[in-house]
Amino acid sequence: MSVLLRAQGISRAFGGVQALNECNLEVEKNSITGLIGPNGSGKTTLFNVMTGYVTPDAGTVSFEGVDITNHRPDAVFARGIGRTFQLTRIFARISVLENMLIATQHEESWLRGLTRSKSTTSEVNTAMEWLNFVGIARLADLPAGALSYGQRKLLELAYVLVADPDVVLLDEPAGGVNLTLINEIAEKIRTLHKDGKTFLIVEHNMEFVMSLCDSVTVMHQGKNLVSGSPADVRHNPLVLDAYLGGGDDEAPDSGSLHG
Amino acid sequence: MIRSKQLWWTLALAAFAIFPLVVTNPSDTTIAFFALLYMACATSWNMFSGYSGYIALGSGVFYGSGAYTMALISVHAHMAPGAAMFWLVPLGGVVATLIAIPVGWAALRVRRHTFVVITIAVFFVFQNMAINFGFTGGTAGLALPFITWDSSYYNIPFYYVALAVVIFATVLSVSVRRSRFGLQLLAIRDDEDRALGLGVKVGAVKRTGFAMSAFTIGMCGALYAMFVGQIYPQFVFDPMFDISIALMAFLGGLGTLTGPLLGALLLEAGQQYLTVTYSNGSLYLILFGALFLVVIMFMPQGVVVYFRDRVTKRADRERAVLAENEAALDLEKAH
Amino acid sequence: MNATALIDAAKDGILTGSVYALMATGLTLIFGVMDIINVAQGILVILGAYLSYALSVHLGIDLFLGLLITIPSLFVVGVVIERAFIGRLKGPEKTAMSILVTYAVSLLIEGALNIIFTVNDVQLHASYVNKSFLIGGIHFSFIYVAGFVMAVILLSALYFMLYRTRFGVSVRASLADQTSAALVGIDVRRVSTICFGIGVAVTAAGGMVYGATNAFNASTSYDLISRLLTIIVLGGMGSLGGAMIAGVSMVFIGDMVGVLWSPVWSTMAYFVVLIIVLLLRPQGLFGKPIARVA
Repeated sequence: MSVLLRAQGISRAFGGVQALNECNLEVEKNSITGLIGPNGSGKTTLFNVMTGYVTPDAGTVSFEGVDITNHRPDAVFARGIGRTFQLTRIFARISVLENMLIATQHEESWLRGLTRSKSTTSEVNTAMEWLNFVGIARLADLPAGALSYGQRKLLELAYVLVADPDVVLLDEPAGGVNLTLINEIAEKIRTLHKDGKTFLIVEHNMEFVMSLCDSVTVMHQGKNLVSGSPADVRHNPLVLDAYLGGGDDEAPDSGSLHG
Repeated sequence: MIRSKQLWWTLALAAFAIFPLVVTNPSDTTIAFFALLYMACATSWNMFSGYSGYIALGSGVFYGSGAYTMALISVHAHMAPGAAMFWLVPLGGVVATLIAIPVGWAALRVRRHTFVVITIAVFFVFQNMAINFGFTGGTAGLALPFITWDSSYYNIPFYYVALAVVIFATVLSVSVRRSRFGLQLLAIRDDEDRALGLGVKVGAVKRTGFAMSAFTIGMCGALYAMFVGQIYPQFVFDPMFDISIALMAFLGGLGTLTGPLLGALLLEAGQQYLTVTYSNGSLYLILFGALFLVVIMFMPQGVVVYFRDRVTKRADRERAVLAENEAALDLEKAH
Repeated sequence: MNATALIDAAKDGILTGSVYALMATGLTLIFGVMDIINVAQGILVILGAYLSYALSVHLGIDLFLGLLITIPSLFVVGVVIERAFIGRLKGPEKTAMSILVTYAVSLLIEGALNIIFTVNDVQLHASYVNKSFLIGGIHFSFIYVAGFVMAVILLSALYFMLYRTRFGVSVRASLADQTSAALVGIDVRRVSTICFGIGVAVTAAGGMVYGATNAFNASTSYDLISRLLTIIVLGGMGSLGGAMIAGVSMVFIGDMVGVLWSPVWSTMAYFVVLIIVLLLRPQGLFGKPIARVA
């Protein structure tokens, strides 16, 4: 297996807070990699650095061996890296279908956008297939702002997938949604994984991570602490320390950790 | 539904087309001419600010530039007064667009709130230049070649040219809305950073939209200059203009097609009528302010959207579809 | 270059600039706490000036003494505007809407002032308005100095309130982050209303000095609001110290250009400086930079 996405020695401070401190992360091609760690350990910042939303103070990000450090978010996306946000971000005042169409033109010059209609029949068909895949096809004509929280999560996943990215970064896909929906999302990820997609998932729900991922990296205080298979990570004493600050009565596999 | 929509558009267009043939009183056709000018400007303003959410309050820059283009060229080229001067109208639009390119490049580097203020600052820079540069004639303004058409005829060509500009602005706005580019503007309005992360070249899209919206406004400025025959910097670079077209678009419905058209028609015709009838601008200010507050407080999406949603009972329909989908999802899980 | 002209420009910058800074502080406070751009600030300054005018002409009340009436009156006006309109705005377009709402309020007031006071220019008069005195060979006009002193007193009072009182802590917490402020039990709604009131109340003082040093009518408010807005943007929106520095530099730059080049370009010089600063520092001199991820 080869490394698809790699972050090396990433550091980033906000004011006096060192959010990331020489952090390393590798995502193997066609893997489902989990990224866990206590709150404030820098997971979302690392996501932001890898997708061009935050420029790192030091370190490099590479994708398929090409350096993409300091690329802007649109350029990162055009290379084939899609992501979702922890607090779902959809385009509230346009229709669900129109949300889907935004991402379909990532390889097009902006001038072309002026002269062509907002969608071709095949683009609409693809968009509808993906909406169907996540189960919200019948909501296509509604303004996206009318959707419930769970439906928004599904929409955000769908509109990232419509551009057919090689790797998808999911920031807490199971956060704030009910159990049935969590299972459903996990099922979708498995299906997509079989079709060759690579995933990097930040999640607090341990059950979700442990059952889904082939490899897990634990972050602590802006650094990568441990990487390995879910089973290895689960029993690593360093991880217990990170989560419990030295305590020894609860392990990260004891359910979802919040706080 | 679609067909009845087309029918309404056709009827409205027909009404505008025959209006000056039915109503021949010059003071009425003057009001109609100004209403058309503002309809075009508000539509064009909405095409950028309404779609993208970047509220520009310096569009007077483009109106004024168009007006000065018309005045300066017609004076210096010693043009014969008359219909030939209409050819300068599109040129006014071109000049306005050329000015909008660097202005947009500078102003759109910042986010929404600061953008508003920069457009205001740019506006005052231009007003100041028009007042203080020698070639603009200063506060004395510029007199255009005097058109000696008969007063019963004078307004009619202007009216139809203005109507053509309104149609142009509307068609442009519709095609932008239907284009990929228009979808990108709307995405920027809803969540600019997210749009960037989905590959939308937000910078280029915003700058293009800004420059495009300047074109029609420049044409309107040129047409205004030709109509009144004498321009003054404080009237063609008027802060009231900036805010008026924004209010018109907002009153009708920001980001909608019919909203700015209707808002401009009602407000400009109303203002002209009140000014002519009562010659009391202050009363108009109070009425305008009060009307506006009522709309913002009770119909924040604008009059057009408010009534359309009432008529079509949109909220109810949406709730029904959502409920149905939730039920369907639950059913799937039950299996 | 003429040294006297430079000193004059610096003097004028500090004296007049501080009055602009006072008015702009109200604006930036409102923006900082509430994300509201109050474009009615210009007409409210004029309203303050007209109130002083009415008190001095009809009741013979001294301009400075009259502030004891006009400042509380405008505080009430601010509270009413906030409760009636501003406080009801919600949603993602709140800031954009606030521009339009306060503009509508501004039109209402402008129309009313036109009807009550006509559109003819007036200026505030008192025995001391045209008096001046000499210190170190420099002429000081009494009203400018008095305006400066008053601005300093009011700004100090404002700073004292913000940094030394319990209410000030709530305000600064709301300035930093509304949601967190609400979470720790601060009544953000009440803080907003009072801040809006205070932000408007300072216009009474600013308006009095403005009216004593300039002829004005209701439409003067356009020039005023454009200056005030540019001051707070230059200083960094929401930054109180920034408003102070930007207010002084606005007048100073204008005067310098007036002396060195020509008075006709003095207004424009400031706007050009503003545009250049914003191109280099989009968040203004002292503003917080905007992160990409909201």
